[in-house]
Amino acid sequence: MIVSNMEIIPGKRVKEHFGLVQGSTVRTKHVGRDLMAGFKNIFGGELRGYTELLHEAREEAVVRMKQQAEAIGANAVLNVRFSTSSVAQGAAELFAYGTAVKLE
Amino acid sequence: MVDLIILASLLALGYFFGQYFEKNHYKSIIKREAKYRNVVAIASRIPPVSENPGASILVTGSVVISVDYFKRFLASLRTLIGGRVVSYESLLDRARREAILRMKKKARSLGADKVFNIKLETASISKNARGGIGSIEVLAYGTALVPVRR
Repeated sequence: MIVSNMEIIPGKRVKEHFGLVQGSTVRTKHVGRDLMAGFKNIFGGELRGYTELLHEAREEAVVRMKQQAEAIGANAVLNVRFSTSSVAQGAAELFAYGTAVKLE
Repeated sequence: MVDLIILASLLALGYFFGQYFEKNHYKSIIKREAKYRNVVAIASRIPPVSENPGASILVTGSVVISVDYFKRFLASLRTLIGGRVVSYESLLDRARREAILRMKKKARSLGADKVFNIKLETASISKNARGGIGSIEVLAYGTALVPVRR
């Protein structure tokens, strides 16, 4: 399964379009991480816990998007975009979407 | 009186540690930017046709970074008179450069030397700083072209 944020794959031709596929996950951090983030808000610097959390969540969204693409018989997802939105206090939605295609 | 002492010590802590962390971060950014200079990040949407087509792989790099107490205090004062908020400018600059560096690191570990169609996304994730932006997340992503070895 090829995932790319370009509209084409160099050297390959698109045989069939399947339309939009998407994957999303909503995550929240636990209390300990929130406490650490509170300290970091005083000293400044990177919030490693959050970086990891959001990274994992984004991977999960991509995996779900891939599963959806696989289910409809695609072998690549092109023009992938990411989007983040906070849905509630302390919870964020990570969203990935793209066009499922079949390559030659 | 006690409140004032707490505020002053928070400001002092924020000032000294914030400066220290920022200086170190910039040092490490400049060092790694030199190291990853041979991985080229290109914002054009479609690679040139003459390019030896290799495997296309999505690469991402992200960072969550927080501003210190002193700078947040400065920024809140700044809202009274308006104008440039220098303290947040350096925060965003550091975050973007760090995210791009992490993306490049990933690209190089895959054996790529070019990353096309770079997109940068900024999100404010922490709302616990009483409405202020406090901490931000920057995500950089693009498509790494890994040349096929023959």
